[in-house]
Amino acid sequence: MSSLMQQMNERALKAGVPLSVQIDVTYRCNERCVHCYLDHVDHGEMTTAEIRDLLDQLNEAGVFFVTFSGGEVLMRMDFFPILEYARSLSFDVKIKTNAFMIREKQADRIRELGVRMVQVSIYSHRPEVHDAITKLPGSLKRSVAGIRLLQSRGLKVIIGNVLMRTTLNDYPGVIALAKELGVEFTIDPTITPKMDGDRSVLSLGIGGDDLRQVFRNGDLVGNVEEFCAPPPAVDDDALDGLPCSAGHTACYISPYGDVYPCVQFPLPTGNVRKQKFLDIWRHSPQMNEVRSIHARDLPVCSTCTHVGTCTRCPGLAYLEGSMRGPSSQDCEKSFTRTGIPSANMILKNASRAKPTLVQIAGLREPQASPLSRIMDPVPSAPAPEESFTRL
Amino acid sequence: MSSLYITRSKEIAARMLDGEMMIMSARDSTLFSLNELGTIIWQAADGETTLQEIVERKICPKFDVEPEEAVKDAESFVRELASHGILVLSDQPIVAPAVASKEGA
Repeated sequence: MSSLMQQMNERALKAGVPLSVQIDVTYRCNERCVHCYLDHVDHGEMTTAEIRDLLDQLNEAGVFFVTFSGGEVLMRMDFFPILEYARSLSFDVKIKTNAFMIREKQADRIRELGVRMVQVSIYSHRPEVHDAITKLPGSLKRSVAGIRLLQSRGLKVIIGNVLMRTTLNDYPGVIALAKELGVEFTIDPTITPKMDGDRSVLSLGIGGDDLRQVFRNGDLVGNVEEFCAPPPAVDDDALDGLPCSAGHTACYISPYGDVYPCVQFPLPTGNVRKQKFLDIWRHSPQMNEVRSIHARDLPVCSTCTHVGTCTRCPGLAYLEGSMRGPSSQDCEKSFTRTGIPSANMILKNASRAKPTLVQIAGLREPQASPLSRIMDPVPSAPAPEESFTRL
Repeated sequence: MSSLYITRSKEIAARMLDGEMMIMSARDSTLFSLNELGTIIWQAADGETTLQEIVERKICPKFDVEPEEAVKDAESFVRELASHGILVLSDQPIVAPAVASKEGA
C-alpha cells in the first residue's frame, strides 16, 4: 500500500492537487488539555451550508483525504450531517475526537457512514494522570468506553499519545491499553506552540535524556541502530528535497474558513469565505512562497549534516520566527537520535559563548544590536529552547 | 452472458487522480488504483445496468475487443474487486445503490 500511496502522492504533487485536507470544524471542546494550542471560543464558525460548499469545492479540487478535527468535533450539533455529506462526495474520512461523547448511536453512525479511521487522544492509562491533562473528571473512562464502542463495530481506531513530562512513564501503559482494546497507537513527542505564538506550553514537553530513552525503545522506533544512525553525506537529492507535504499536497482549514499550509503552520494564505478554495490553493502568494522553498534555500539547515534526514517541521520553524529557519524541536530530535549537534545548535552555542561581545555592542550602540543579529541567523528567533539547554 | 449487476460499496472512498481512479477501502485501509478500463466499469457501476450492458456500451466501442471475451474479463475483474469488498455484486438490480456517490459517476 505504501508504494501505491507514494505514487499517488507523487502524482498529486506533480499535478498540484491538494490530496489531503484537515478541517477543524470547531475549536470548542469539552476538555481543557494543558498542552492544547487552541483557544476554545467560537469566533464565528462556518455554518453547515458553508462547510457543505467548502466540501463541494474540495471535491472539485481533487481532494481525497479529509480529516475532521477540532476542538472536539462532536461539540457541533451538525457534525453528522457534515460527515454524511462528506461521505456522499466519496472522501476518505478520518476523525480526530476525544471519544468522550461517543455512545452506541454515534458509533453506529460513524460505522454506517464508512469512516475509515478514528483517532482518539489518550494521555495515560491512569485516570488521575489522563484526567489531570484534560481537566475533565471521568474523561479517561468515557474515552475508553467510546473506543470500545467504535472498535466493536469494526472501525479502525488509533490511540494518539502525546508524550509530556507528566505522562512520560505512562506510555507503556497506554500501549498495553491499546493492545487490550485491540486498537493501534501512535506516540508523539511534539508539543505545538499555541496558534497565537505563545510558546509556554513547550515546557510541558520532554527532551534530553527522556527523549533519548524514547528514541532507543525498539518497540517504538523499530530498528534502533538504524533509527539512531548518523546521517548519510548530504547530496543534491537532500538539498533539492521538499520540507513536507504542507502546501504541496496538503493544507488545513480552520473553523472560520482560514486556509493554512498545515494545522501546525498557521501562515494565513486566504479565507474561503472571501475566495474560492482553488484560488487560494493555486494563487495565494503565501502558499506559493511555501512551495518555493527547498532544503537548499534554508540558510542554516542547508549547511546542517542532518538536512537529508531531519524531521524539520516548517510550521514549527515559522512559529519560531521564520519558515526558512530551523525548528529547534527538530534540531533536538536529530541530535538526540544521533548524538550529532545540528548546525543551528552549533550556531546558538557559539553565540552564547560570546555574551560579553553582545553586551559591549549593546552598550556602544544603544539603538540597535547588530552584532547579536548577525550572530543569530533567524532574526526573530526567541532565546534557545529550555529543552535545548537540558541537553 | 453475464447478468451481473454491480455497485460500489459504501465502505470505500474514491477519487480520480491524473486519469486513474484511486479507491481506498475503509474496511482494511487498502488502496487500489484502476486502469482506464477498470475505471470505466467502476464509474458505470450504478446497480441498475448489467455488466454485459456496461461492456457492450462503454468498452467495446472504445477498445478493439470481442464482446464475449471482454465480458469474461470484466466478470473476473469485478469478482476480484468484490472479493476486496469494494464492489457489490448481485444477480438482481440493486435498487438502493450501496453508495450515493456524487463522485466518479
